[in-house]
Amino acid sequence: MTMNLEDLRFGTELIKRGFASMQKGGVIMDVVNAEQARIAEEAGAVAVMSLERVPADIRKAGGVARMADPKIVHEIIDAVSIPVMGKVRIGHFVEAQILENIGVDMIDESEVLTPADEEYHIVKTAFTVPFVCGARNLGEALRRIAEGAAMIRTKGEAGTGNVVEAVRHMHAIMGEIRVLQGMDDSERAARAREIEAPFELVRETAERGRLPVVNFSAGGIATPADAALMMQLGADGVFVGSGIFLSENPVKTARAIVEAVNNFENPAVLAEVSRGLGDPMKGIDVHTLKEDEVLRFRGR
Amino acid sequence: MGVRVGVLSLQGDVSEHISAFRRTLVSMGDDTGCVVAVRHAKEIPLLDALAIPGGESTTISRLIDKNSMRNAIERFDGGIFATCAGMVLLAREVDDTRVRPLGLMDMEVARNAFGRQRESFEAIIPVKGLEDPYHAIFIRAPVATATGAAAEPLASIDAGIVAIREGRHMAFSFHPELTPDIRLHRMFLKNLGI
Repeated sequence: MTMNLEDLRFGTELIKRGFASMQKGGVIMDVVNAEQARIAEEAGAVAVMSLERVPADIRKAGGVARMADPKIVHEIIDAVSIPVMGKVRIGHFVEAQILENIGVDMIDESEVLTPADEEYHIVKTAFTVPFVCGARNLGEALRRIAEGAAMIRTKGEAGTGNVVEAVRHMHAIMGEIRVLQGMDDSERAARAREIEAPFELVRETAERGRLPVVNFSAGGIATPADAALMMQLGADGVFVGSGIFLSENPVKTARAIVEAVNNFENPAVLAEVSRGLGDPMKGIDVHTLKEDEVLRFRGR
Repeated sequence: MGVRVGVLSLQGDVSEHISAFRRTLVSMGDDTGCVVAVRHAKEIPLLDALAIPGGESTTISRLIDKNSMRNAIERFDGGIFATCAGMVLLAREVDDTRVRPLGLMDMEVARNAFGRQRESFEAIIPVKGLEDPYHAIFIRAPVATATGAAAEPLASIDAGIVAIREGRHMAFSFHPELTPDIRLHRMFLKNLGI
């Protein structure tokens, strides 16, 4: 059959959310060059996040963190067959237009970069490519979905190698959903106002007993055990940022985290893949961060 | 005993496949059948049908070997319902050495045949055996570029074959599990005599 171009529909909500569904049960790895991207793909990553620096190095570098140089993104796109994602600053819709033009498969409107807009997020429904956004709680997640996000991830506290904030955010989201499930519609309407989220999305979430889009975990996952912890808490998959390529043995760590996510409820496999990985990334106690070093409060 | 459908649960849109097959069994009045997530090789011989979901074919291919499931899938005597990455995995030949296919259908498959995610699309396409056309969701989809004599193409578009049947198995470039339309699931189960 010959297809007329006008009969085809691109960038619909079904296609965007469908893309996110295909990532479920997978690990998305931060990479800064083609070689790391190939290691990630070979280890079984479902996608790579192309960056100029991993979050821990963004912390060290300081200054304004922006979208990666398109040259780096291009090289990573050419190196792998799995989807390539890219990060843009919160509210920076022109960086998003550029990444969409390059051919990035999903855009992360990310608090890891320095926000370009402290009032508004990107209107993500205006784009053909899907977006993923960070959230600390249900209200934040549903506001991002209302703006068109096709995937949510916990914010955690990126670049720390410390899973505590990711755990907090996953508990918050899952706990708030459980509370909604016990409410009637009038109570849900009141709750929707409190958490500043659209009532329709609040009701849909309550009825499904989960977010209307895929919900990954990110921000501090550094070991196979961390990844399995987030899966057992209800994540659909995980993002691993600095945890792989800042560890002593990135190849082994990457493979181990993929297998940990695949076997997240099997302690025998988790024990096996955790053996002899060498030192994980060093990590930071989040309580020692200065106010301007905390990333998770960017965007709301 | 009712029909037993398993969904290969290594990576991908497993829950969507489970719910689509559950809706199909309900619509066919089968209240004794069951649909389960399959994670171990020993579960496979107990099934009448196995679905291989959409996801990343490089990842699923690797996990099939890591979990020692290749042999059990290759020897499976029931029907396989494969979408997107599943179709890549069923092929005899894939245009990319990063995937090790199972070789259960006599076809050559090209991965990501339409380009990147921004080129993913929805289209209404005719499918052989269905009276009305089907609303198909293509996401970074593969196509079959060549098929053997035993393979029967069910739907084709400019880029190649997007739905195909060979014996008990059916493979789709697109995602029937993402829409409420269960006609292809019914066709698959009927083809198995269920």
